[in-house]
Amino acid sequence: MPSEPVQPVLSLRGLHKRFGPTHALRGVNLDLVPGEVLALIGENGAGKSTLVKILTGVYPLDEGEIRLRGKVLRLARAHDAHAAGIVAVHQETVMFEELSAAENIFIGRQPMRGWPGLKVIDWATMNRDAQRVLDQVGAGFAATTPVRELSLAQRHLIEIARALSQQAKVVILDEPTAALSQAEIRDFYGIVRGLKAQGVAVLFITHKFDELFAVCDRYVVLRDGASVGTGLMAEADESGLVRLMAGRAIDQIYPAVRSVPGEVVLKVRGLSHPTEFDSLNFDLRRGEILGFYGLVGAGRSEAMLALMGLNPQARGDVTVEGRRIDVREPADAIAAGLAYVPEERQRQGGVLSFSVRHNMSLAALAGPRHGLHGKMSRGPWLSALRESEFAQRMIERLSIKTASHDTPLSGLSGGNQQKVVIAKWLGLNPRIVILDEPTKGIDVGAKQAVYQLIAEMVEQGLAVILVSSELPEVMNLAHRVIVMRRGRQVHEFAQGAADAEAVVAAASGLGEGAIAPAGSRTVSPAFSACQTELAA
Amino acid sequence: MTLAPTRVRREWILTAIIAVIVLGVGARTPVFLTWRNALDTGNDSAILAILVMGQMAVLLTRGVDLSAASNLALTGMLCALAGKAWPGISLPLLLVLACGVGALLGALNGWLITRFALPSIVVTLGTMSVYRGAIFVSSRGAWVSDQDIHPLIKGLPRDTLLGLPMLLWFAAGVVALAVWLLRWRREGRELYAYGGNPSAALYAGIPVRRRLMLAYTVSGLLAGLAGLLWVGRYSIAFTELASGYELTVIAACVIGGVSIGGGVGTVAGAVLGVVFIGVINAALPVIQVSPFWQQAIAGFVILVSVALNARSQRQAGRQILERGHAPGTQGAAA
Repeated sequence: MPSEPVQPVLSLRGLHKRFGPTHALRGVNLDLVPGEVLALIGENGAGKSTLVKILTGVYPLDEGEIRLRGKVLRLARAHDAHAAGIVAVHQETVMFEELSAAENIFIGRQPMRGWPGLKVIDWATMNRDAQRVLDQVGAGFAATTPVRELSLAQRHLIEIARALSQQAKVVILDEPTAALSQAEIRDFYGIVRGLKAQGVAVLFITHKFDELFAVCDRYVVLRDGASVGTGLMAEADESGLVRLMAGRAIDQIYPAVRSVPGEVVLKVRGLSHPTEFDSLNFDLRRGEILGFYGLVGAGRSEAMLALMGLNPQARGDVTVEGRRIDVREPADAIAAGLAYVPEERQRQGGVLSFSVRHNMSLAALAGPRHGLHGKMSRGPWLSALRESEFAQRMIERLSIKTASHDTPLSGLSGGNQQKVVIAKWLGLNPRIVILDEPTKGIDVGAKQAVYQLIAEMVEQGLAVILVSSELPEVMNLAHRVIVMRRGRQVHEFAQGAADAEAVVAAASGLGEGAIAPAGSRTVSPAFSACQTELAA
Repeated sequence: MTLAPTRVRREWILTAIIAVIVLGVGARTPVFLTWRNALDTGNDSAILAILVMGQMAVLLTRGVDLSAASNLALTGMLCALAGKAWPGISLPLLLVLACGVGALLGALNGWLITRFALPSIVVTLGTMSVYRGAIFVSSRGAWVSDQDIHPLIKGLPRDTLLGLPMLLWFAAGVVALAVWLLRWRREGRELYAYGGNPSAALYAGIPVRRRLMLAYTVSGLLAGLAGLLWVGRYSIAFTELASGYELTVIAACVIGGVSIGGGVGTVAGAVLGVVFIGVINAALPVIQVSPFWQQAIAGFVILVSVALNARSQRQAGRQILERGHAPGTQGAAA
């Protein structure tokens, strides 16, 4: 940090934003100096995404002042932000899959040639310029490659190339490393330092503390939509930051899991897919939490979808409590006692416009196919009374914060929505519950409640598969952790048998050397002989 | 880095299918392979091609223009009535009238869709009936028959230039303009971008409303032009003109690989879709299929081709496993 005061390139004063009754931003103050990397940290729901959307001109500002180099800046449209030199690299890259890398870099401002009024896109210049900036960030692919053929890391490079080509003054990096492997992250740090050296101001949003300390100069903490603290990274420590983020000390967020794994309830052999995963073999025991760890896109969710009959091209043997099951559709898996709580809560899990009660009874409604006669019904009719009783019981048991069981799901906070979705499956009395990223996008308090719930579930004899990209979560909760990388099962750790570094190394493929990973061993002939189609 | 095993481009597949049909039918009935027949088929497909170019612009944005055929019929009727009322009308004036009215009707669709954030299928379903009703109102339900159609209108699609009928030249011109817009103009690329990822388009600062207006206005304009040509070619204008034709237009787009889901499709593919429908419609009578069956068979063939196309397009799942045994085919570049 330069010691003499440098004029901030971007300064925010008293930003406010309301969405109906929700007061998303309530006073954000922040200064960003050229050539610095400022960390913007806060829990999910603290207002980081809202702030980014305001700075990129996607949401209009209600109140407050944004100054760029001392001049008041009005950001009415995304175009205004671009013109002002503010560029964001998003969490989940927002790209045009069908267009080429070059087009993605120059969309909306393609170089043109020809007569005024009849100008046409100058493809040659565009591709050449795009290639130049791509080379500058060390991308090893052609500018004409369609984006759909590129990996997430490569897509990030395109976004950064886009920012560079726009001569951005302010670059916002919104959790850019979530899907990157360890090696890719290291390269990414290099690019961030490069931006910094060019005098670009970087606003870095991340949940990973090691990143904060590795690349950031200063931090600003957001809590409940307001900036509550700022300081130099060099003078900060992790627990202090956590306290600022949460507004309280979080001591024990992981409950002690006291259950002892019993007999095998789920046996999976040779679960394979042509492109997504290969030869997965694992057992799950009663009362056990089995963690599935890996980077985003390692094929974990895809494998779980296959177990539920939602991945028609998957093949393999699945045995539940000693009985081979033939899963052709989710109903078959549900009938066998499996339940799956999907990752994308809003898209795959809950119906936002339905009430809490109707969401909870959804899975149990399906009726005779699942061997669940009349759980929610009286004779051939649905029973509103039984539905309400069940909903009330679940609301109490999971301590779901809702006005009533008639409140629409959209009216609940993220953590409570997640509990409703889990409750839905508990209504079926499953024996095996698969939780896919159950704490994604919920705050620390809600996480604690979900962890508590998971611990209770296994103590009651359920078996749980916990798919998670949050390492502390699987390390603290799971009895065993299976690590997946690029569709293969590369390692298995028992609780306490490995430290975080070893697990991360396995997941990102560091230190593997030339030795074949554990997961690539061939399926024994007996298994391949009796391989059946998991789904039609 | 190694790229995904490139799928055979669907344009080539479609070309091959068309060639097989043409040669197969030609082997049975050699008259099918004559220049005369090719010209007839082209003439029958020309109006479809014009409409398809407009519909494609809309489909690229994840929308649909169901009012295209009604627009065609209303504009055609208005042109016919204008020709009947003013025998001294000139050809440029007729063209301006057709394109102007068509564009206006298209722009109305676009305005309703962007101003009130309504789904295009709902808006154009409504205007489809409104425009159709307006034909009845403007003509009081009467037909404008052969002797009342202005000779300029009748002559327009039939006159020849360099040995080819004007109708084909119009189609060729529109296709060329479509290539220019969708491949060489920023506006065209932004239609692809918006259809491919609407929220990213917003972030990229694309003027979304203006681009949607453009797509619907172009679709309307071309429907209007097609209306004038249609009335001239068939020498008649009446309320039910081209009724239901919008579905043929959409079918041609889909066969040609323009995705209903937006963002995907090429002009070349769409033209092949038009040729495919033209060839099927020309081939069935030649191989003496009863007219009662022709429509059903044409529909069936369209369904089969769409299903085949959808199959070839379906993603085989994400590529997570390393391809072959070469390590790090992806991500290694970073």
